[in-house]
Amino acid sequence: MKMTMSQKILAAHAGRESVSPGELVMAKLDLVLANDITAPVAINEYRKAGAGCVFDCQKIALVMDHFTPNKDIKAAEQTKKVRDFAAEKGIVNYFDVGTVGIEHALLPERGLVVAGDLVIGADSHTCTYGALGAFSTGVGSTDMAVGMAYGKAWFKVPRAIKFNLRGKLRQWVSGKDVILHIIGKIGVDGALYKSMEFAGPGVAALSMDDRLCICNMAIEAGAKNGIFPVDDKTLQYIADHSQKKPVVFAADDDAEYDEVMDIDLGSIGSTVAFPHLPSNTRTFADMPEVKIDQVVIGSCTNGRLSDLQIAAKILKGHKIHPRVRTIIFPATQKIYLQAMKEGLLEIFVEAGAAVSTPTCGPCLGGHMGILAKGERALATTNRNFVGRMGHPESEVYLASPEVAAASALTGVITDPATL
Amino acid sequence: MKITGTVIRYGDNVDTDVIIPARYLNTSDHKELAAHCMEDIDATFVGRVKPGDIMVGGNNFGCGSSREHAPIAIKESGIACVVAKSFARIFYRNAINTGLAIVEFDGDIDEGDQLEIDFDKGWIRNLSKNTEGSFPPFPTFLQKIISKGGLFQAMEELA
Repeated sequence: MKMTMSQKILAAHAGRESVSPGELVMAKLDLVLANDITAPVAINEYRKAGAGCVFDCQKIALVMDHFTPNKDIKAAEQTKKVRDFAAEKGIVNYFDVGTVGIEHALLPERGLVVAGDLVIGADSHTCTYGALGAFSTGVGSTDMAVGMAYGKAWFKVPRAIKFNLRGKLRQWVSGKDVILHIIGKIGVDGALYKSMEFAGPGVAALSMDDRLCICNMAIEAGAKNGIFPVDDKTLQYIADHSQKKPVVFAADDDAEYDEVMDIDLGSIGSTVAFPHLPSNTRTFADMPEVKIDQVVIGSCTNGRLSDLQIAAKILKGHKIHPRVRTIIFPATQKIYLQAMKEGLLEIFVEAGAAVSTPTCGPCLGGHMGILAKGERALATTNRNFVGRMGHPESEVYLASPEVAAASALTGVITDPATL
Repeated sequence: MKITGTVIRYGDNVDTDVIIPARYLNTSDHKELAAHCMEDIDATFVGRVKPGDIMVGGNNFGCGSSREHAPIAIKESGIACVVAKSFARIFYRNAINTGLAIVEFDGDIDEGDQLEIDFDKGWIRNLSKNTEGSFPPFPTFLQKIISKGGLFQAMEELA
């Protein structure tokens, strides 16, 4: 058969025994996602085409997470457009202020994606769900609109790169360091049009939060999707969060990969991506002193409970550097509540950080933490392009929650192992 | 179809955040989006772009977010075609779905050059440098989407 895990999921959804790389196939979708920025464009297209009912009112998720709570009148008009559409079409999984979370943390938590699913989302970080053993990928609004109407999308069957993981992560090193390390090696187009398939004995030692973080940033290497094999941890996570039945696919032993890269997890140190590309990485062996004005901990990459727990462990009993505005965003309401119960929010506020409701706002320079000209932020987010978090002459450095919390205390980018 | 236009040139990894910064994504109005196109890497673009101009990029053009606002803003600004060595995959899909012409081509092209592109025959002529080259045509499947005027219109046949 010679198929990768991603190819097998595509074949199954295209009603085919097998597929070959480069082939164009039409496949059935298990979930179609959009947010408050991309859904309005999709709804315009949907209405222009005169489409009627949606293909399945249970299999569409509309998540109002980017500019919410509505940052201005235009944003309010956009969410209203989506809210009205969701009500008109009877879309069950519509999430707004009060229930909303950052989409790629929210959907797995709500059990809307399980292993074996084929998912498209009008958001580039839709590739996150590969951590659950699903094939999920970002598309634009027109693809999403067609997906809502037909429950189908076209795919070019991707080739793949295999990342053979071994060893265990060192203390203060997490999934974010792994993916930054990989992007630093292969570049921002190193996996262009391809699947990044993670495998090997090192997988078992990675938490689900680590795997979600790693798959989240597959797009930053240009990949179509990132995907992990399904193991006991995956099945336990799905059982804890979903009523849906997972379908387990595994790569064939003779699957063909363009390249196989061996990654020793134990050799990876804390890694920081300097402006203005996620591939512009450095470790602390090679780090100039970088003073920062703002720290952001959160996002679809690193706003999960374990991210907040490790940040709290570092910040507990200390005061944040007076120059550094620190903003912490739990990714969902459930994570927010749990962080409250565990006393994490109290630790953050005592340390001098602001704690925000879930939103994508600061990550894309939307609202809630915009940078002025010449300012520098260290963020646990996923992009550091020119102007990403504000003024075109501001700078964004990407790192793990461990590095972010340590740096908030010192005011310069800091190795958490040295505290 | 054949077009001729003047080149506006950028480098590698032109990302969707510079094509249309997120601070302007609180609207889906095409004209409002076009008014801020390329603003963060080239504040002069909106003032100098003329209908029919050709945008040229390097590797990985359109990387980053899935925002369809990016090809919409470029198309609405008057750009007739984007030529790049390679495109990020979501941008590639979005360009086809929104009717922005794109060509994958690696050649010696400078700012201000005059290009002639024949989409049916698959060649590009650089009139300023007197050079020419070819590019592969789109697969039949994608040609159907383009000829029907968009994915929605083509779905009756494709689905």
